[in-house]
Amino acid sequence: MNAFSYIYLIPLIPLLAFLFLGFTAKKIKEPVSGYIGTAGLLSVFGLSLYTAYKYFFEVGLVNGKYEPYKVMIKEAWVHFTDKLAIDLGILIDPISVMMLIVVSTVSLMVHIYSLGYMHSDTGFSRFYAYLSLFTFSMLGLVLSSNLFMIYIFWELVGVSSFLLIGFYFEKPSAVAASKKAFIVTRFADMFFLIGILMVGYFGQSFDFETLNSPSTYETIQAWIVNHQIFSFMGLSLFTWALILVYIGGMGKSAMFPLHIWLPDAMEGPTPVSALIHAATMVVAGVYLVARLFPLYYHIEGGTALQVVAVVGAFSALFAAIIALTQEDIKRVLAFSTMSQIGYMMLALGVSGFEGHEGLGYMAGMFHLFTHAMFKALLFLTAGAIIHAVHSNFMKDMGGLHKYMPVSSIVFLIAALAISGIPPFAGFFSKDEILTAAFEYNKFIWFIGFLVAGMTAFYMFRLYFRIFFNKQTDYGDHKPHEAPKTMLIAMVFLAVMTVVSGFIPFSTFVSADHKIFHSHIHWGDPLVIASILMAASGIGIAYLMYYKETAYPQKVATSMGNGYKWAKNKFYFDELYIFITHKIIFDKISKPIAWFDRNVIDGFMNLLGVTVEKTAEKIRFIQTGRMQDYAMYFVSGVIAIVMLIVYFR
Amino acid sequence: MNLDSLMLMRDEWFLTAVIMLLLIAEVLLSAKNKKYIIQLALILFGAYTISAFLPNDTGALFGSSYKTYPLVHYFKAILAFGVFIILLQSVNWLKEKLLPYDFTAEFFILIFSSLLGLNFMMSAGDFLMFYIGLELSTMPIIALTAFEFWNHRSVEAGVKYILLASISSAILLFGVSLVYATAGSINFDVIKNALQLPLLEIIGLIMIFIGIGFKISLVPFHFWAADVYEGAPTVISNYLSVISKGGAVYVLMTLLFVTFTAFQKEWNWIMYGTAILTMVVGNLFALRQQNMKRFLAFSSIAQAGFILLAMLSNNELGVKAIIYFLLIYIFSNVAAFGVVHVISLKTGKENIDDYNGLYRTNPKLSLVLMIALFSLAGIPPVAGFFAKFFLYAAAASKGYYVLIFIAVLNVTVSLYYYLLPVRAAFLRVSDHPIPFFKSDNYSRLAFIITMIGLLVLGLYSGVFEFISGISNIF
Repeated sequence: MNAFSYIYLIPLIPLLAFLFLGFTAKKIKEPVSGYIGTAGLLSVFGLSLYTAYKYFFEVGLVNGKYEPYKVMIKEAWVHFTDKLAIDLGILIDPISVMMLIVVSTVSLMVHIYSLGYMHSDTGFSRFYAYLSLFTFSMLGLVLSSNLFMIYIFWELVGVSSFLLIGFYFEKPSAVAASKKAFIVTRFADMFFLIGILMVGYFGQSFDFETLNSPSTYETIQAWIVNHQIFSFMGLSLFTWALILVYIGGMGKSAMFPLHIWLPDAMEGPTPVSALIHAATMVVAGVYLVARLFPLYYHIEGGTALQVVAVVGAFSALFAAIIALTQEDIKRVLAFSTMSQIGYMMLALGVSGFEGHEGLGYMAGMFHLFTHAMFKALLFLTAGAIIHAVHSNFMKDMGGLHKYMPVSSIVFLIAALAISGIPPFAGFFSKDEILTAAFEYNKFIWFIGFLVAGMTAFYMFRLYFRIFFNKQTDYGDHKPHEAPKTMLIAMVFLAVMTVVSGFIPFSTFVSADHKIFHSHIHWGDPLVIASILMAASGIGIAYLMYYKETAYPQKVATSMGNGYKWAKNKFYFDELYIFITHKIIFDKISKPIAWFDRNVIDGFMNLLGVTVEKTAEKIRFIQTGRMQDYAMYFVSGVIAIVMLIVYFR
Repeated sequence: MNLDSLMLMRDEWFLTAVIMLLLIAEVLLSAKNKKYIIQLALILFGAYTISAFLPNDTGALFGSSYKTYPLVHYFKAILAFGVFIILLQSVNWLKEKLLPYDFTAEFFILIFSSLLGLNFMMSAGDFLMFYIGLELSTMPIIALTAFEFWNHRSVEAGVKYILLASISSAILLFGVSLVYATAGSINFDVIKNALQLPLLEIIGLIMIFIGIGFKISLVPFHFWAADVYEGAPTVISNYLSVISKGGAVYVLMTLLFVTFTAFQKEWNWIMYGTAILTMVVGNLFALRQQNMKRFLAFSSIAQAGFILLAMLSNNELGVKAIIYFLLIYIFSNVAAFGVVHVISLKTGKENIDDYNGLYRTNPKLSLVLMIALFSLAGIPPVAGFFAKFFLYAAAASKGYYVLIFIAVLNVTVSLYYYLLPVRAAFLRVSDHPIPFFKSDNYSRLAFIITMIGLLVLGLYSGVFEFISGISNIF
């Protein structure tokens, strides 16, 4: 069991880097702080690769099944009751090792990239300190061995994301966005917290291994069948608990209707968007469902899992429609991320459990992996473009291919990958998701299929409009290729995007931890259909956007209100603002504050004035005021007594 | 009764001796040397605090009207520690504002008397001791509330407090007499076994609950809190919101869990309703406050509502959760009030908007404020999160999921207002920020202690485990 005793170093290194950079932020200047952060991450990356190698190829596989390893830092860390205690430990199993690779790879690339991107920013050291904090939290989240720990890191990730989105605190929009992200995800987390408590009390453990063991879910299932667990609206409380946990995941993973923070979070520096809002934090929800997958699958015939599938499919479609119309390139990518995460959720939702049945689970994890690579690449490239033209909007771009050839090529690779064109990574994972969905439910498959076409279209709309289309006059400041540090990161991720599709993922990750084999059947009509769908999406985008044409305007006009609604994100922000401001603030909070300010304080001021005028009156009003208080007090007493007398 | 059994009351003897010594010193010291009273009081009280943490036996005195056992003993130590930090924060205020009036000794004597009262109240084995303790803890604080006699708000707060406190005492006493009438005793152990729960007795119990609820500032008995906190000197608001409230919560807990445990079915619904009311009203009022002291007053009302969550559990987990929460709450609130206090003392500014751009000028102070407020808001990994989590867990152990849901919803709302001062300090800029100043060494020590507490007490489980070890009071 001590094979991985070094593992605690992986989260520890970024934590130390954060503490060091945090305390010396003012003394250490650029680029030293960047080098320190990057060096730390490089060692984390090395350790992660080593761990993956050791786990997958040396010690993990026992009789065709991956056995989880647990490294205890402190056993029975906190006791709730005699039976229920929480360990402080690290869980190493296929998905946590896979996430280690994802987080350390993308984070390392973002560290390197930012050396160039954040060059001569006044907050350079602060930026690296926050990056280290985030990486620490995310690694901790991935390695947590129980629900309680994952929740702590879950919140820490939220805090560091809050700091990073609001990094440019001179910009009011960034501050607003960071607060919005924090509060929306916290809102979701409160459901998560209650879910954790409920799962913990029914399962008598917070530990993932114990919860996922057959004995636990069989016991709970038996309770449900025998009606020993209270049910609410036809579902047992335990299923509700799983749904509550999933709501927490929806908040972090920007699933409909809790997605509203993600587009605004694009106010943060672009490398941050690549790290947090494309590759790591936003997939935490997917990871959470995957972590508890045996429970989701086995309890009450997987009702909670159906919720996961439906929410995932709807979010995928909803976000893809919005992405078709956005003008800000980072927002297109943000909605695309939401859509792709919906895809992963959909994949988990349609998955079975044993052997080849668990294709959806494997495919979802696979897509998480490949998506992290190509979406991070897309964001980093977008960052390079924004760096070059100093604008987020497509109208300010065009014809950039000749100025930024490398960026153009890596962007093309990523766009092909996300569209699902072989042999790029996205094709393999996406195709397996669609195969799994087809076996599960034709309608969900059709949504996935449709989204695939839309994805290809909006990605190439983006690609052509940025790099070809009109020849924009850039004046004296011609856009130039990004500096080397940025290019290194981009090219590395491009290579990953090309090769990672060939990883035989099903021999590493599966729902029941047993390896199985899955192949792409090239002659399968499903495969051909999805390639054709992607190709036609690209084709339409080519016709409309390769050169400047009048088609886009015509299409937009013919869609009428539909286009307007999609462009305005179906007015969801407005809806939320209406609910929070108009209803909660105006209707509830304001009157109370008004009462407090005007009636109570006003009364006080009035008192002050009166005091000076007539001694007689003060005494009268003063007692009046005290009588008020005393009256409330005594009526409280009487009310409670009456209630008790009445209800007893 | 021999000396050994008298040593059971060690804490109270020691504290009384401290008070006596200060009285003597006040008389003996010449006017020139009066300023040394501060150091003397700190040293004496420091010694008391340390001695309070030394283990003590379990036992009863005076016909079991005084009882001591590990949990109450260590909780007294925790309160003493809290008072010690508050004293550290008050040094500067004493030197600047009160030394000219030669009132320093009185300040210490009054605050120690109040603590002595709390100690007696928590150790009480019958209603007589309980009531004496309660009054002894309240009366000196009323005097302290009105201590800044040149400030009319302080005086006004004192008057309000004394009037409302006497109403609540009257109600409490009435309740006690009803319980005595039905159960035939004022001794807790006798009452416990004699409870028959006729209506008269229940009404009596409710009135006792209300009397204590007043001290904890539960809604609808909270009206005094905001006005008094705002008017009183900040150190006293601090004392009221953590120490005095903590003692009252402890007494409520032991009364409900041990003495009146048969009364559980009736009290559950009262608790349930009061918890919701307290959380919601506290939060809604806190939402739009501009004055930091008023803001913290409402926040501390809301926090009291969360404690009631664990009061519903009536089991050992509930005891652990409450004690641990109070410990963390002392650290968080003392730190938050401390920041408000030093800023108000240096600049006279108390509004949230005045804190704009504080991070640029006073980064360390802003950091303290942020961590304290994060702890109050329950954001991990700061200790406050763990404290709240155990409260939820205690309520969950009896299946009160709906209540937990309401509580968590309130926590989310509270996040909004706890972020307001943080945002002002870190993310806002101001043309006239509070200028840089160095806080005195005493306050700085206080901040360091609270920060260590907030960052370590959560992640290091030893403290919680220790509390677990002594929390079987049933």
